[in-house]
Amino acid sequence: MTSTERPALSFCDIAKSYGATCAVDGVSLEIPRGQFVALVGASGSGKSTLLKTVNRLVEPSSGRVLFDEPYVAEMPLPSLRRRIGYVFQSIGLFPHMSVAENIAIGPRLAGERLASGRIDELLELVELPSEMAGRMPDALSGGQRQRVGVARALAGSPELLLMDEPFGALDPVTRDALGERVRALHAELGLTTILVTHDMAEALLLADRVLVMDAGRIVADELPEALVAGEGGEIAQSLVAVPRHQAERLKELSK
Amino acid sequence: MNGLWTALLGLGDQLAAHVLLSAAAIALGIAVALPLAVWASQSEKVARASLAFASLVQTIPALALLALFFPILLSLRAVFGEGLPTLGFLPALLALALYALLPILRNAVTAQANLDPGVIEAAEGVGMSFRQRLWLVEAPLSAPYIMAGIRTAAVWTIGAATLATTIGQKSLGDPIFAGLQTQNWVLVLAGCIASAGLALVADTLLGLIERGFRERRRRLWLGGLVAVSLGVGAALFAQFGGSEDDDRIVIGAKGFSEQYILARLIGQRLEAEGFAVEYRDGLGSAVAHSAAASGDVDVYVDYTGTIWANQMKRTDSLPREAMYDELVAWETENTGMRVLGRLGFENAYGLAVPQERANMSGLQSIEDLARVAPQLTIGGDPEFFERPEWIAVRDAYGLRFGEKRNFSPTFMYNALVSGEAHVIGAYTSDGRIEADNLAILADPKGAFPNYDAIILLSPAAGRNAALVAALEPLVDAIDVGAMREANYSVDREEDKLSFDEAARRLAARAGL
Repeated sequence: MTSTERPALSFCDIAKSYGATCAVDGVSLEIPRGQFVALVGASGSGKSTLLKTVNRLVEPSSGRVLFDEPYVAEMPLPSLRRRIGYVFQSIGLFPHMSVAENIAIGPRLAGERLASGRIDELLELVELPSEMAGRMPDALSGGQRQRVGVARALAGSPELLLMDEPFGALDPVTRDALGERVRALHAELGLTTILVTHDMAEALLLADRVLVMDAGRIVADELPEALVAGEGGEIAQSLVAVPRHQAERLKELSK
Repeated sequence: MNGLWTALLGLGDQLAAHVLLSAAAIALGIAVALPLAVWASQSEKVARASLAFASLVQTIPALALLALFFPILLSLRAVFGEGLPTLGFLPALLALALYALLPILRNAVTAQANLDPGVIEAAEGVGMSFRQRLWLVEAPLSAPYIMAGIRTAAVWTIGAATLATTIGQKSLGDPIFAGLQTQNWVLVLAGCIASAGLALVADTLLGLIERGFRERRRRLWLGGLVAVSLGVGAALFAQFGGSEDDDRIVIGAKGFSEQYILARLIGQRLEAEGFAVEYRDGLGSAVAHSAAASGDVDVYVDYTGTIWANQMKRTDSLPREAMYDELVAWETENTGMRVLGRLGFENAYGLAVPQERANMSGLQSIEDLARVAPQLTIGGDPEFFERPEWIAVRDAYGLRFGEKRNFSPTFMYNALVSGEAHVIGAYTSDGRIEADNLAILADPKGAFPNYDAIILLSPAAGRNAALVAALEPLVDAIDVGAMREANYSVDREEDKLSFDEAARRLAARAGL
């Protein structure tokens, strides 16, 4: 294997159980550099748990995750997390810090000061005006907050972006716009991205590759086109059926 | 009103001591509560155990908690050596800090438990270490709640610190206890106003800091913090600024009028001889003796019978001179204290009846009383019926009263006048014996031990020749009549004298 073909991320037989409940049940997977992967499944399918084994918010019961060669469990936790952008549903902006301080927190922890020009640049990436920098989080709308959340995740120039239901709490218009924006950033910045979602339409429209999880296992690993064409098995198809049905009804309405 | 102003203005020293004690106790409470809260956030068990402990402490009455530190520290001397103070600042500090623990701990634990889990996940997600999360996220977000707990603790502590007087720590409780003892309500009021005022000021300033934290207004909380520091700094300066503090002679007094007056009498003499003095008023009986033995108090007046029974644990009875000699030898050997001499009067327990009843029923001695006792009610102060002296007298004369009632010392005399009690266990140097026209019944069997007032000097003070020379004229200078008059001048309802004034008149009458 040449270096360019080496995967950014490898999961080797990952399992995680909480007492008698098995959240992730032996997942092995490789994700190449630059890919945008969507991890889809019903609630409780184990997709979030699997995602969090990457930045070790969850420690797997067995198996290991390799990130660019090194074994994730052996990397110092702070530096591992600073190399990985993380965006999640409840956003988690620090309410006592301004937008600029929130964005700059990762580099600050690493002992760097983020120039105000860089903050403007990050705000611009997520399509927020630079005046926002001085505001406090409680003065922002939900969509603006999650944009700041994305900017914060990108501040340390990560190679890997993990997103755990990032648009779940947003209204549909904001959700759509921010999804598009993230997809564009993924390309612009050359990121490797994993998006966890329960919304198959979102997965199909944004991702290069869709993984379907059920009961802790990956039951389908397909290109979006293949899923739309009916591949991937029963569980994957039951998820694809929802947007397909919606699309058909809309088509009927427009006749 | 004028008297109240004068009383308030005279409280500067007590106020400074009160501020320092409260501030130190709250600071210690914070220093213990915050790390404990951090630990509790890691472990449910620690959270439950520490909160349960703090709540348990809270159920102990503050007065008892303060008193309990005396035996605790006494037993700790085995570890830390004889130099460990068992009275005064240290036990007061420890008891009050324990008391301050609960509100701070509870608020800190609650604040941490209620932090938005999304914010904690974000802190971990951006790569904060445990320490960074604590300082950059948890501390600033919990600060307003912790501050609210500190406010509550401050108000409680400032109130409870008035009780520190009873274990020999100067505080705003001094005027309250002195005033209660002598029914000098102006003094009580002055102490209450001062401590309530202090609590209000502290609450307001800490409230400012809390609001500053809550609204993230740096100027507000910094301002509050500076104001609090200035207040504590001023108290520190007032307390320790006047350099020659170590030379001060500390004069102890137990919590009744005679003791307050005699302490002033001693203090005025020493001041006239150029000594700087300081008073520790309202000490418990056992507390006063050990405070002098440990050198926390330099000089105080005690009574032979009290030491005989309480410290020497003697139950036998000796003639006056033999008893005195044994006592002097015992103190020299066991505590190193020096008995300077007898003041010249006795403050014994005696059974008192109104003169009229004595004449009517032909009561002259306790033997006469024993015959009619079953028809009578006897009143005593709260500890009287438990004391070995009473038990000895009761058994010696076969006394069996119809009823026994407890009164506070002040109301006991009123009860005798109003007929609620027919006989009381009185103090023989009490001014009300003459004023109320009471007769002390003779004790032909000598069952009540002797209670000569004696001057006791701490070991160091006993070696201070100038001090001894200044106090020697007091020996045998005060007869019981003079003492009763002085006691009455501060105990009477109308036209009360201050302790200082009563002491000056007593000195004049005794020709000192």
